[in-house]
Amino acid sequence: MKQLVVISGKGGTGKTSLVASFAALAGRAVLADCDVDAADLHLVVQSSLVSRNDFSGGKRALIDGDRCTDCGTCEDLCRFDAICSDSSTFSVDTIACEGCGVCVWFCPEDAIGFVDTIDGEWYFSETRLGPMVHARLKAAGENSGKLVSLLRTEARKAARIRNIDLVIIDGAPGIGCPVIASITGADLVLVVTEPTLSGLHDLERVIRLTSHFGIPTKIVVNRYDINEKIAVQAEKHAQKLGAGFAGRVRFDPAVTQAQIWGLPVVEHSSNGAAADITEVWNNLQEAFDEDEFYVSEA
Amino acid sequence: MRVAIASGKGGTGKTTVATNLAWVAARQEKSVVYLDCDVEEPNGQIFLKPIADWRKPVSVAVPKVDPVVCDLCGMCGEICQFSAIVCVGQKVLVFPELCHSCGGCNLVCPLLAITEVPRGIATLMAGHTGSLRYFQGLLNIGEAMSPQVIRAVKAEAPEAELVIVDAPPGTACPVVEAVRGCDHVLLVTEPTPFGLHDLELALETVQSLEIPCEVVINRAGLNGSATEEFCRRKGVEIVAEFPDSRRVAEAYSRGELASEKDPEMRDRYRSLLTHIEDST
Repeated sequence: MKQLVVISGKGGTGKTSLVASFAALAGRAVLADCDVDAADLHLVVQSSLVSRNDFSGGKRALIDGDRCTDCGTCEDLCRFDAICSDSSTFSVDTIACEGCGVCVWFCPEDAIGFVDTIDGEWYFSETRLGPMVHARLKAAGENSGKLVSLLRTEARKAARIRNIDLVIIDGAPGIGCPVIASITGADLVLVVTEPTLSGLHDLERVIRLTSHFGIPTKIVVNRYDINEKIAVQAEKHAQKLGAGFAGRVRFDPAVTQAQIWGLPVVEHSSNGAAADITEVWNNLQEAFDEDEFYVSEA
Repeated sequence: MRVAIASGKGGTGKTTVATNLAWVAARQEKSVVYLDCDVEEPNGQIFLKPIADWRKPVSVAVPKVDPVVCDLCGMCGEICQFSAIVCVGQKVLVFPELCHSCGGCNLVCPLLAITEVPRGIATLMAGHTGSLRYFQGLLNIGEAMSPQVIRAVKAEAPEAELVIVDAPPGTACPVVEAVRGCDHVLLVTEPTPFGLHDLELALETVQSLEIPCEVVINRAGLNGSATEEFCRRKGVEIVAEFPDSRRVAEAYSRGELASEKDPEMRDRYRSLLTHIEDST
């Protein structure tokens, strides 16, 4: 089984549009939308929901007002300013609470309970391109990294059961917790960048992240014709950092049109950006076929 | 006044709106503080070009176990909710990158075998350009705890007439950390199905924090009616629209501030600023 992860560093560079098109070009794959803060893949692959499951990211403290003697120990010990006291009653700010359990442990009156939180939901859906796992983190939800790991486990499980040998993962922007959770153990990372100074800055950081974890990386420059000079700079820079080149995709209003129609770009049209994406996909296929990504790295 | 610029979806133009607002306000000789709280990928400096004059590492406290004192009772592993410290066999193992620095293991250890030591996870930088003071946090590669860094950036910010917080994308803990304590939030969206879907999620997050918020539509032009309809339904005001333009996109790619080069954009940002000032 091969796991391809599409990430970007900078947001809005076109990850999801590429993932949907890759799924269409692959014909059969398991899809995992790991951008759990803002999952959009379901909007362009016409999915039907099969199951809905709660996700618990951790626990929260809960003060029992009847047992609390207002001693203030919890407030003294909490490092997250999550204990609110007005005059004499103590309560927990559930948004600030980190779920560390220190107040629960040290409350002399045993007045603090520790309850599982529901931080979101995850879903199993069917699409005509293959099964898809996706999620919705609750507003202000915690522990997106744990949710990403859960989705990836479910995606691999689905791939094994159905005998599908490709998992395509739509990752989150940034380089933090959910991104790390989406790339660890993957076979290939494709970084989608744009030819802007911001894109260039973020590209460097995200490639450093993938090489920190020893994962083979290729880049694609989306909307390259917005600034060809920076596009070339990005490609050269990526090469210097050890990332391969998977191709360029031109700026094309058809990408947004496809989104409005709820279709992968390559199913909406066949020239322009769609042709470029097909070429990028062929390059990735070749790379997989050559098995160049199975070299284990230190 | 503290204004956060946020969005669910990445790449909708948070930094564009934040930097232009800050620049326009600074030109009016207001004291302006810009906090780049997108600590995973801070880009505000590309546009504001501050002269750096201060740096400071951000460190978090992680446990260090004295093996001579430790009798392997395992209580540290029991209290830790994050599997950052575990007692296995004849050894206590610490996984510093999983540690949330709650101090629980240190408090619970009956033999006082645990001390807390600092571990660097990011660098803060400050700089200035005109009357604008710029702060950013830059998370070290491979670190996961961006909320701590965001907290550190916000803690350094001096008072000013206008504090602009450039938030990270998404709806999870880093966004909440950035937006908490702000007087006002502007949600930047683009009129596409992805933009609208993520606006819906971001709005829910901001409303759960009970902070007044309004919407800015970037790349306005095509397909705007669904976003307008959504905002009407939710009772959220659209306070500015910036047209979709290839010229603007190209200027952005070179790190140029639209309001510096383009008088029409400057006017749009000025009126957005006036609107924010009047409404708080």
